[in-house]
Amino acid sequence: MTAAGSGLTVLQSCALSLLVFTGASQFALVGALAAGSNPFTAAAGAFFLGVRNAFYGLRLSQLLALPRAVRPLAAQWVIDETTAVTLAQPTRRGARIGFTVTGLTLYALWNLTTLLGALGAEALGDTEAWGLDAAGPAVFLALLAPMLKTSTERAVAAGAVLLGLGLLPVLPAGVPVLAAALAAPAVLYLKGRRAGGTRDEEREEDR
Amino acid sequence: MSVWIAVAVTAVGCYAVKLAGLLVPAGVLERPLVKRLSALLPVALLAALTAQQTFADGQALVLDARAAGLGAAAVALVLRAPFLVVVAAAVVVTAGVRALTG
Repeated sequence: MTAAGSGLTVLQSCALSLLVFTGASQFALVGALAAGSNPFTAAAGAFFLGVRNAFYGLRLSQLLALPRAVRPLAAQWVIDETTAVTLAQPTRRGARIGFTVTGLTLYALWNLTTLLGALGAEALGDTEAWGLDAAGPAVFLALLAPMLKTSTERAVAAGAVLLGLGLLPVLPAGVPVLAAALAAPAVLYLKGRRAGGTRDEEREEDR
Repeated sequence: MSVWIAVAVTAVGCYAVKLAGLLVPAGVLERPLVKRLSALLPVALLAALTAQQTFADGQALVLDARAAGLGAAAVALVLRAPFLVVVAAAVVVTAGVRALTG
């Protein structure tokens, strides 16, 4: 999509989508290369944006309970979207189906649109005029909402929003989201201090 | 050539972090603190991401049609609308506000 307009060949654009498959990293890499940075600096920025996938993997391996042999295959699909869908499922079976269907569908569509985009097709026209850029955050919001069951989760989400937006203007791309993850240990720490004797309440929320 | 190097380094790095999360031994994940943290981290990351996709334009914070769209999605969620209606509400309201404000 943007790759074709910034000096990548069709083959390079497609290799990027097939092998990297984490949108934010790809856009960052292409943008940095277009701006003339050296390949390693560009890759470092893209890598930073991909680090959050490791935290997703921590949770997904609990929810999916994948056999060891399958993990290297499943790893490529560990991204924002598959995590959001998997976390929203109430059962392990649902989580596995959700992860597989989302992963497969997005992998196919993402690579197909990359190919079409690289070949110069502008089929969609101006996606912003159609409001389609609001679909992404709306999907995340819809998947996130059921997860905000307890005050702990709500506090973490609120803290993360503040950190993510507050740090956005001052830190390089990708870093604010990682910094926002600190809301999780921060809230746990504060709750732990405040709770003190009321450990039972915490257990209850632990599900 | 340098583009291929960048693509290769990014691909290896990004795949490695994805796999790293999945390969953390179950024993470590059983610890109560790790368990709680790993459950809360995706919530924090996705919440921050949602906010950035709504209010960020590059590195600047902006209040534009997307915010209205997300507001509509939030209202739809509170009203317990089905998933597709929630997303459609965001898209339609965002497009509508853009059309009106040109």
